Amino acid sequence: MSENGKIKAIVATDCGSTTTKAILIKLVDGEYRLIVRGEAPTTVEAPFEDVTRGVLNAIREVEELSDHTVLDGEVIIHPNEGDRGVDLYLSTSSAGGGLQMMVAGVVKSMTAESAERAALGAGSIVMDVLASNDGRLPHEQIERIRHLRPDMILLSGGIDGGTITHVVELAQIIAAADPRPRLGIGYALPVIYAGNKDAREEVSKLLEGKTALFQVDNLRPVLERENLGPARDKIHDLFMEHVMAQAPGYNKLMGWTDAPIMPTPGAVGSIVETIAKRQGIEVVGVDIGGATTDVFSVFQDTFNRTVSANLGMSYSVSNVLAEAGIENVMRWVPFVLPELGVRNRIKNKMIRPTTVPQALDDLKLEQAIAREALRLAFEQHKSFAVSLKGVQQERTISDAFAQTSSGGTLVNMIDLDLLVGSGGVLSHAPRRQQAAMMLIDGFLPEGVTRLAVDSIFMMPQLGVLAEVHEKAATEVFEKDCLIHLGTLIAPVGTSQEGKPCVKIEATMPDGTVLNEDVRFGEMRVHPLGVGEEVSVKATPSRGFDAGAGPGKVLERKVSGGVVGLMIDARGRPFTLPTDEQARVAKLEKWAETFGAYPAS
Amino acid sequence: MAHSYTPGLRVAEVTLLRKERRLPIHGEVLVEIGDAVSSDTVVAQTHLPGNVRLINVASKLGLPSEDLPTVMKKSAGDPLAKGEAIAETQGFFGLFRSKVEAPCDGTLESVSTVTGQIIVREPPTPIQIDAYVDGKVVEVFESEGVAVEAVGTFIQGIFGVGGERTGEITMAVETPNTPLDASCLDESMRGKVVVGGSHVTWDGLQKALDVGAAGVVVGGFDDPDLRRLLGKDLGVAITGHEDISTTLILTEGFGEIDMAHGTFDLLKSRAGRKASINGATQIRAGVIRPEIIVPIEEAKLPAGDGATAESTGLEVGSLVRAIREPHFGHLGTVTELPNELQKMESESMVRVLRVRFEDGGEALLPRANVEMIER
Repeated sequence: MSENGKIKAIVATDCGSTTTKAILIKLVDGEYRLIVRGEAPTTVEAPFEDVTRGVLNAIREVEELSDHTVLDGEVIIHPNEGDRGVDLYLSTSSAGGGLQMMVAGVVKSMTAESAERAALGAGSIVMDVLASNDGRLPHEQIERIRHLRPDMILLSGGIDGGTITHVVELAQIIAAADPRPRLGIGYALPVIYAGNKDAREEVSKLLEGKTALFQVDNLRPVLERENLGPARDKIHDLFMEHVMAQAPGYNKLMGWTDAPIMPTPGAVGSIVETIAKRQGIEVVGVDIGGATTDVFSVFQDTFNRTVSANLGMSYSVSNVLAEAGIENVMRWVPFVLPELGVRNRIKNKMIRPTTVPQALDDLKLEQAIAREALRLAFEQHKSFAVSLKGVQQERTISDAFAQTSSGGTLVNMIDLDLLVGSGGVLSHAPRRQQAAMMLIDGFLPEGVTRLAVDSIFMMPQLGVLAEVHEKAATEVFEKDCLIHLGTLIAPVGTSQEGKPCVKIEATMPDGTVLNEDVRFGEMRVHPLGVGEEVSVKATPSRGFDAGAGPGKVLERKVSGGVVGLMIDARGRPFTLPTDEQARVAKLEKWAETFGAYPAS
Repeated sequence: MAHSYTPGLRVAEVTLLRKERRLPIHGEVLVEIGDAVSSDTVVAQTHLPGNVRLINVASKLGLPSEDLPTVMKKSAGDPLAKGEAIAETQGFFGLFRSKVEAPCDGTLESVSTVTGQIIVREPPTPIQIDAYVDGKVVEVFESEGVAVEAVGTFIQGIFGVGGERTGEITMAVETPNTPLDASCLDESMRGKVVVGGSHVTWDGLQKALDVGAAGVVVGGFDDPDLRRLLGKDLGVAITGHEDISTTLILTEGFGEIDMAHGTFDLLKSRAGRKASINGATQIRAGVIRPEIIVPIEEAKLPAGDGATAESTGLEVGSLVRAIREPHFGHLGTVTELPNELQKMESESMVRVLRVRFEDGGEALLPRANVEMIER
């Protein structure tokens, strides 16, 4: 659809597992702005079994809250005329557990990893990665395929013109498993083949008939380059045609939308990628949910997404404890609590996931767990967001000494410009300062980084909108979606407690002059409101890097937010005191500096 | 009257129960509508396709893959007996022959001249499903399974481990606030469903396993003990397939929490009767909670009851259990359902209710932090 022009009113919905959210965007004084948001329970399951019921209910709430008529009975009015109708209707969906895939490739760290990247980028949950060298015997791989019942399989392997034996072996394994899809008894499981083009005929012989086979261009035609687009597009097509078509009411919904329905995480990735490209910045986004945590990043113009399927704040809360270890969770708790009590509390949250923290201590414990969930999800992301492995590099003499290899992480924290958090524990934290502290402790940004949270989680709708109307999506994202928390300056380096770390100089918008020496181990916060900017001079002490290089003075404009200008002189790498009393005292002091919790 | 929906656990003295018993793949149904079945009656059976074995014949015989057909003695689809020759080289004037033998009984599924591999499929594995509860077959799903109905007591737990078991209910403690320790258990409890009070200790659970109890039903259990039992930290609440001989069902949660009096008294009134229990728990969309079913043939259904009875929602007068600190585990009655959001100590703004606890105390709780006790 054309961007230039006549789009004046847009409705976008996101059909989640439990709630369907609708937003109304209108062109106001030449700018696209969010007008209102409505929501209603998703109606995929009995007794309704028709997703459009929930969509209509959510849109009706939008109508009631905005005095803008969108529906004529059960029909979305097109086009917009004044306070009636819309020019665009779009939707995303993660109802019914989203898109669940298995991927396969010959070498685990090469084609299998590229296939995983394609599936994740398309918004899928990757249930398992099969590879010829994954250490499992064929019958174990077959058993796994049968057991998991994915929505679709992406098979890759081999560069074009290379050997076909291994990828054909993988096709044999898939054929022997005779896989059945998760939804829709009696229809064939979609398998996308995106491997060595020379193996297409053999793969066809094995899988045609047993599965619904689709062949697209090789996603790793040569070792040095990935070509994920065709596989990703095919995943989106099949998500619509096969997976969504099995879900109740989706055929009707597909007829209503002006662009294909996207999987929710795919849409969130799309908006993160669009913002990074448009502003020329490096971005990390995180969505921490009840069951999973998604991390998105754009570094060096490369988009990556990971899903930590079992890191979350309710259904998966106990798994955060299992993966992080009790001592890592406990280190963030600013009081002393016996281990037995913590363990039982976390398990009780797991078995009753919808409860909310009533007591302040309970909130602090939950936010301690969130820090570990964010840290673990980001670690997984860093190990996945890497340059291509197996690529030969030309080396100079100095490179040979550095011994760098292909496959290093693309995530360079000192280059990170914007960190955006969303998900209940961040977006609904009673104080925004708590969200800022969780983001800082979970991600440990370095140098100068802007922090923000998604106010009402509308990134999915904006993501699908970005596909058809980038201007509207980015304007609403900047003005209405993000709540700017402020800018963090965190020098890299370590020292002894109380030694000089960084000197901060600035003239604040109200005229006060800031000239302070921040000592190692301290945090500071200065008010700097939303929309305000200030020029800051940060002079790091010897051995520290504030973002301009080790020991170099950093001078740059920074923007404010609801928290303000934040200085984190706790050092990178960051450690907490091991002595319990000292640790609790530190955590209390930092929280007090931020005004994170009510005074006890 | 103010009203809101809050999920709860079902505790019913007498209700109509319906259990669907389905095969994982199509097969044969062995019973008919109207048949009386007991928990161990096999109602349907099928055969799962056997495991496959991939053998690289070309590499074993030192041949190029494309030459495989010249040495194959069997074709795709042929039955195989263990040790039978599948492929054999001509050798040198009939001497020095090499061969590949079938590693198991089965069928030759495919031969590939690309990879040089053959696939041998083992014989199918039989699968049977039983009725699980004593009752009557009321519906047959062709080639898939049946629905069995029974009238009796139904109690949902909050969390469990271990699968389906049956056994006679026996009370190991006198009151719902008594912990279940090793001294409460003895050999007479072999094969029985043992009911405890507030908590089962690690020693108590060990004793239950030692004497061969079919199940333990108790208010609470400590997470470190669960870790010892499973040999790992349970990350996600999807259970039911643990390899343990005694099924454990918690009615209240983790920690030491008195079993709800109503649940305890109901179980006590069913002592000596046969129960079907299942610890399987799944806390995701499509929640599954552990269950205790006590079929009572002579019981009469109360008017209006049925297997599909819907929750009526939370009202003033509803019996609820607090499910989060600071009142975790306390039972009480809803006295007020204010509409306005209220600020909690944590500063969260939430919808609340006022509750009067059994000890007479009152508190304002987030609605999300109570669970209805349905009857």
